[in-house]
Amino acid sequence: MSGRDVSGVGVEPSRLRPRDVLRVAGSGLRARPLRAVLSALGIAVGIAAMVAVVGISASSREQVNQQLDALGTNLLTVAPGTTLRGETAALPADSVDMVARIGPVTTVSATGTVPDAAVYRTDRIDSGQTNGLAVLAARPDLLETVAGTVAGGRWLDDALGSFPAVVLGSTAAERLGVTRTDGSVAVSLGGEWFTVVGVLDPVPLAPELDSAALVGWPVAASLLDFDGSPTVLYERSAESQVDAVRSVLPATVNPENPEEVTVSRPSDALAAQAATDETLTTLLLALGGVALLVGGIGVANTMVIAVLERRSEIGLRRALGATRAHIRRQFLGESVLLAALGGVGGALLGGAVTAAFAASRGWPPALPSWVLAGAAGATIVVGALAGAYPAARAARMSPTAALTAT
Amino acid sequence: MSEAVVELAGVVREYPGAPPVRALDGVDLRIGAGELVAIVGPSGSGKSTLLHVLGTLDRADAGTVRIDGHDVGALSDAQLSALRARRIGFVFQQFFLTPGVSALDNVADGLLYTGLSLRERRDRAHDGLAAVGLTHRETHRPNQLSGGERQRVAVARALAGSPSLLLADEPTGNLDTVAGRGVVDLLHELHRAGTTVVVITHDLDVARSLPRQVHLRDGRIERDAA
Repeated sequence: MSGRDVSGVGVEPSRLRPRDVLRVAGSGLRARPLRAVLSALGIAVGIAAMVAVVGISASSREQVNQQLDALGTNLLTVAPGTTLRGETAALPADSVDMVARIGPVTTVSATGTVPDAAVYRTDRIDSGQTNGLAVLAARPDLLETVAGTVAGGRWLDDALGSFPAVVLGSTAAERLGVTRTDGSVAVSLGGEWFTVVGVLDPVPLAPELDSAALVGWPVAASLLDFDGSPTVLYERSAESQVDAVRSVLPATVNPENPEEVTVSRPSDALAAQAATDETLTTLLLALGGVALLVGGIGVANTMVIAVLERRSEIGLRRALGATRAHIRRQFLGESVLLAALGGVGGALLGGAVTAAFAASRGWPPALPSWVLAGAAGATIVVGALAGAYPAARAARMSPTAALTAT
Repeated sequence: MSEAVVELAGVVREYPGAPPVRALDGVDLRIGAGELVAIVGPSGSGKSTLLHVLGTLDRADAGTVRIDGHDVGALSDAQLSALRARRIGFVFQQFFLTPGVSALDNVADGLLYTGLSLRERRDRAHDGLAAVGLTHRETHRPNQLSGGERQRVAVARALAGSPSLLLADEPTGNLDTVAGRGVVDLLHELHRAGTTVVVITHDLDVARSLPRQVHLRDGRIERDAA
C-alpha cells in the first residue's frame, strides 16, 4: 500500500484566517452578552478610574497654566519681613518711588496695613471680637498691578481715595454679608462709617486682598491714623528681567537692612500648588491599577468558566479541523476582546467624568493622548494575561474528552 | 476492489484504570471508497471509541490506522487536524449546532478551518443546504428547526468540505422514527452520489437498512456482513 505521503503532499494544513479568529472570538461573547458586559465592567471601572484621574489632574494643570498666562508670571511682591529682633519691619514711605526707578519695572503699587482698625457691619459689635479681616490702604493702581477684577461696583480711583469709601475683597464681602455696591451699604471701619462702593473677584496672585477691606491712601491717613508706610509692594517688570529685578529689590526698598526684606513670586506658589496634587494623582492612579487588576481577575474567571462550559464546542471545533493553536487563539482572542470592550467603555466613561468634572469647576477639559494609548495597551496586556491560562487549558483538552462531556 | 478509505489492522485502544478497560481489542477493518457501512453493537461494545479512532480524534495504542491513505500514528496533532478539516466529516447524535447562528452559517463553519474566505464558505454552504433540501431554511436558527432539519443541517456541515469519509455517530438517536428515516434516506442518497459513509448505531433497524453491517462486541468485530 503505497498511499499518499503523510507529511505534507496529501493534506493541506488547517488554516484559520486572522479575521475569522476575531469573528469566532466575538461570537463567543455574543452568545452570552450579559456575562460579557458584566465581566468587562470590571476592566471598565479600572480604566475609567485611571483615565479620569489623569484627565482631571491634566485639566487642573491646564487651568493653572491658562490662569498664569492670563495673570502673567512677572508679578513680584515685596514685604518688609521681620527685624533681627523679631519685630515686623516697615518699608520706607518712599519705597514705592524707589522701586519705580528700577529700569525694567513697568508698574508698581502698594498696600499699607492700617493698624488697629477692624471692619464691622455695624458699630454695635464688641471691638474685641475680630473677624480676621484686614483694613488696607490701597494705591489706585493696585488692582491693575495684581491683575484683579471688580465683581460689582467700582474700584477706588484717584477721586474716591480721599472719601470714606471702601472696596471689599471677595471673602470680606461674604463674611460681612455685603452684596450691594450701589452706595446704600456702609460698614463701620475703625470707628468711622465707610460706604461700600465695590466688591472684588478673588485675586489669585494676591489672595491676601480677598480678606481685606481696601480704602484710599489719603483717607486712611486723614481718618484712620495711617502713617503712610507701605506694607506690601506689588511690582511688575519685563518677563525676562524678573530675576534681575528680584535681586536688586531688597537693597532698593531698604538699603540699610536688605536682609529683612522678603521678595516672593505669587505665580510660583500657584504652580507649586498644582504640583502638590501630583502625589495624590499617583496614589489614585495606583488605586485605578488595583481596580484594573481585579477586573482582569474577573475576566480570567469568566474565561475559565467559559472553557469548562464549552467543552462540546471545543470538541466540535477539533472535529471540524481546528488545531490546538486555533483553539488557543480563539479563547485568547475572546479574552482580549472582552478586556478591550471594558477598555473602550472605561475610556469613554473616564473621558466623560473628566469633562463633567472640568465643566463643574470651569476648567478646560484636557486628556493627554498618551493616557488613551496607555489605557489601550493596559487593556490588551490584561486581556492576554487573563486569557493565557484558560486558553492553554482549552487547547490542551483532548477532543474525545471534550466531545463525550455533556 | 476500490481504494480503501479506512484500513485498520490489529487496533487496540485501552483506557487506563484498575483494571484497564480494553475498548478496542484487535480490530481489523477495511472500508472501501463509496461504501455505506453500519457499525452496530450494544452500548459498551467500543462503537464510540472506534468512531473516535476512525475520526482521528483518538489514537490507537497498538496496531495501524490508515485513513484516506494516511498512517494516523505517524501524524502530528496539527496534521491530524488538517486531515479532519479536509478529509473527514462528522455528524453527531446531539447535532452540536451553534445556537443563535443561522443554518447557513452553521454549515459554513464546516469550512472554517480550511482558510477559505467567509464569502466562499457561505457560497458553498448555500449549495450544501440545497443538497440536503433545506434552501428555504437558510436564515433559520437551530431553535427554529425541527430535529430532523437540524440533523440535516449538521450533515450539510459535515459535507461542506467534500470529505473522503463521513462519520455519523448515532445520527438518528435524538430523532423520532419519521425524522430518523429521513436522515437515513439522506445518507443513502449521499452513498449513491459516491460518498463513503460510516454510521455508528445501536439501532438494528437502522443498521439493517444499510448495505453492510459490522457488528461489534466487547471491542472485537463479531460479524461483518454485507
